[in-house]
Amino acid sequence: MRAHLIRRVLQSGLVLLVVGFVAFSMFRFVGDPVDNMLGPERTQADIARLRTDLGLDRPIPVQYARYLAQAVQGNLGVSYRLGRPVADILAERAPATLELAAVSGLLALVGGVALGVLTAIRRGGIATGVLMTLSLVGVSLPTFLIGIGLIYVFAICLGWLPSFGRGDTVQIGGWTTGLLTASGRRALILPALTLGLYQMTLIMRLVRSQMLEVLSHDHIRFARARGLPEWRVLFRHALQNALVPVITVAGLQLGSIIAFAIVTETVFQWPGLGLMFINAIRFVDIPVMAAYLMLISAMFVAINLLVDLLYLFIDPRLRPAQQRSGG
Amino acid sequence: MMGRAADGAIGRGQSLARTPRALLSLGVLAGLVLAAIGAPLLAPHDPFDPATLDLMNGFTAPMTHNPYTGDLFWLGADDQGRDVFSAILFGLRISLFVGMSAVALAAMLGVSLGLLAGYLGGWVDGLTMRAADVQLTFPAILVAMLIFGVAKGITPVAYRDEMAIWVLILAIGLSDWVPFARVVRGAAMVEASRDYVLAARLSGRSGPAIMLRHILPNVLSPVLVIATIGLAQAIVTEATLSFLGIGAPPTQPSLGTLIRTGQSYLFSGEWWILAFPAATLLALALAVNLLGDWLRDRLNPVLQ
Amino acid sequence: MSVGPVLSLRDVSVSVPGRGARGARALAVDRVSVDIAAGEVLGIVGESGAGKSLLASAVTGLLPPRAGLSGGEVWIAGARVDHLPEARLRRLRGRVVGTVFQDPLGALNPLMTIGAQLAETIAVHLPLSRSAARQRAAEALAEVGIPAPADRLGCYPHELSGGMRQRVGIALALCAAPALLIADEPTTALDVSVQAQILALLKRLCRDRGMAVMLITHDMGVIAETADRIAVLYAGRLVETGPVRDVLDTPCHPYTDGLVAAVPRIDGRPGRLAQIPGAMPPPGARPAGCAFHPRCALARDRCRKDPAPEVAAAGGRAACWFPCRSLPARTDP
Repeated sequence: MRAHLIRRVLQSGLVLLVVGFVAFSMFRFVGDPVDNMLGPERTQADIARLRTDLGLDRPIPVQYARYLAQAVQGNLGVSYRLGRPVADILAERAPATLELAAVSGLLALVGGVALGVLTAIRRGGIATGVLMTLSLVGVSLPTFLIGIGLIYVFAICLGWLPSFGRGDTVQIGGWTTGLLTASGRRALILPALTLGLYQMTLIMRLVRSQMLEVLSHDHIRFARARGLPEWRVLFRHALQNALVPVITVAGLQLGSIIAFAIVTETVFQWPGLGLMFINAIRFVDIPVMAAYLMLISAMFVAINLLVDLLYLFIDPRLRPAQQRSGG
Repeated sequence: MMGRAADGAIGRGQSLARTPRALLSLGVLAGLVLAAIGAPLLAPHDPFDPATLDLMNGFTAPMTHNPYTGDLFWLGADDQGRDVFSAILFGLRISLFVGMSAVALAAMLGVSLGLLAGYLGGWVDGLTMRAADVQLTFPAILVAMLIFGVAKGITPVAYRDEMAIWVLILAIGLSDWVPFARVVRGAAMVEASRDYVLAARLSGRSGPAIMLRHILPNVLSPVLVIATIGLAQAIVTEATLSFLGIGAPPTQPSLGTLIRTGQSYLFSGEWWILAFPAATLLALALAVNLLGDWLRDRLNPVLQ
Repeated sequence: MSVGPVLSLRDVSVSVPGRGARGARALAVDRVSVDIAAGEVLGIVGESGAGKSLLASAVTGLLPPRAGLSGGEVWIAGARVDHLPEARLRRLRGRVVGTVFQDPLGALNPLMTIGAQLAETIAVHLPLSRSAARQRAAEALAEVGIPAPADRLGCYPHELSGGMRQRVGIALALCAAPALLIADEPTTALDVSVQAQILALLKRLCRDRGMAVMLITHDMGVIAETADRIAVLYAGRLVETGPVRDVLDTPCHPYTDGLVAAVPRIDGRPGRLAQIPGAMPPPGARPAGCAFHPRCALARDRCRKDPAPEVAAAGGRAACWFPCRSLPARTDP
């Protein structure tokens, strides 16, 4: 297991290096950075100076190393479109996306597990049939259509919830949060639902099939034969075992929640990283695209490592044996 | 174990005729494909010809005569007086074209890389599979967005709109080759050690070409399943990118572009500009997905 | 001294779904009656599919999803339990009837320490504090012969050997000192050397605690070593029952005779390693008359037409038209 973890860490490092190279290549080769950074009234001297400043006269590997070193220090360049340091833009945008992703992820996990257990226990029930059919439709439904549908029903027809923006926010240190104001929380409901629904259906289906499998195991029969109450058999013994494989999927889903936040943020004009990224693509703002790519990769890699560690914590079979006894 | 996650209500081993859901999906898909192919014949208007557009027809509701021009539109007209039904037919054409081309590209790329990786082994195999691992770390849609962004940056500004469809196909196709490569690689590794491959190599013929002929029958059904499920994904990805404004341009609108346009009029009450393209996209995605589910259960290959 | 049997099964039948999509329900256990007294081990023997495990499951009402008790009465310690609601039945499980399963690794929750599983079971049945329950858990482990029990409480099932796991399984079943222990193939998954230890442990616990034990096995050797009385099941029916010595020495039913003869002998003599020809029919496909007749060398027309009657035999009873006829054919003393 330790070897496995070391391999995973090395693999993660490799992923980051590759992504860093992709980001660097984008920055270096897509469009001319000097062209993009200087205004129309530039002199030959300006160009030469900037070239030296950016190190563009050095060999490519040196430039790459320099780019990575700068990125690690938080220097991610200047946005072509906004003329501001990319790091500042990221810091400003990140709280909105992280709050949205966290709430959606929580919703997907809690809702998915609850519905998965329900549909596994009430196997032949009407509610199960309805939920399973809905989940089949839910998996095919593009995220942006879910968002538009929710806006139409809850914002336009019923007028209960806002259809765009983040509502009022409060500044705490460098973090702007919408969770502390009523309007901020109201504004979060529809985007979080939109973003979490797809992952919820996935987790629900997985939990259901895992529960059904675990419930047929011998240790469940033995737990019943020992006279344990049914709720304890279901929620302690069965659910605990069913959740082990769910962790991997849930971890990966957290990654795709961050990616799909791009779509949700666009539908709801949510001022986060995703909206920033889409605008960067539309206006070919390469430094912002490259920085977003690296930031997202770092998050994905961190999540994957965390999932590996979590496994170790949950499943004792993966830990090195403490003692062994004959007999 | 993960494969069991999708235990659907669709049972195993049922024929198409006995699964009404799959049959219905096939019917819907066939209808939509035919409508897309026959769009120039079926469409009452040519949405690409500005000369036929009459701004006075703007926002005409479905099945009502425009009070000024007296024109009737089955599914209404959009802000510029364009017939929504015609726009959907041509949008469907673009959506299906992009989706199918992207899957074809992904399949060709994946099958070739998988074949080479399985046949050559060694560092080629290692490199290909590491690349697959790295790419799989990221959701396909994000990869497609990045490729689109980079390709857009490389394309000269004057050609961007014109090239957008091809860039879209490239972006979606490149983001989805991994499942194909994995299946073919597995089969190729088994075949590579067989005698006929050795014989072919000794006689100076190309090993991969010979293998492809032998492997193809074995991997045909998993490749078909991956392609079908991939098609559903590609259609949704295309629609999403176009909806986000980084896909098919307004001059060549796909269903996603139409939905993007229609979204602006949701608040003002012109629901038909959004609702009909959205319903079409939904029917298309659902039909392909259900068909893919049914195929997977029917052929039941070991999928990654 | 005896105040009646701890367990008494009266004409118990268990039905299962028939073969095919809409096959009629079939009896997998057909009117079986046995008693087990306190301090007695009853060995139930038969091929797989004979209905042994279903019979055992019927005692605590934990039949598989599509099987059901379709007739007869179950009496435990003088009280009839087969009609009790689920909530009342659950209170019997673990407290009055303990169960030990075949595969000790599969029967334990892999993600919980054995201490936690013991403490949880104890807490359900006994009014003890947390620390007292933990104390009691260590005692339970000591009782089944696990060395350094307090240190073992923090172990996970996969960290123990097969024999140790089965001891844990027995300790779990005995947490609340049940009057009846059902052991379903408790040694089948274990090494031969460990088998004997586990069987000796079961026998000792039975004697020390005055507990009734239902030992289910397909292994005549296990029966010979452990059981006081034997009940032979064939195709869901009880074909012979009696004290284990008598039945093994003079089997009266031809099927029992076949089983006894099939045991390889270790006393040096080249015993017949006989095999019974044919296979046991599944529920729903059982022939008319005596269910064993297609495989029976002694079968006559009568066996093919009418169900076998129960007759007194070698200290017990047998269900056969021509009991004890096979004896002359055997070369043993």
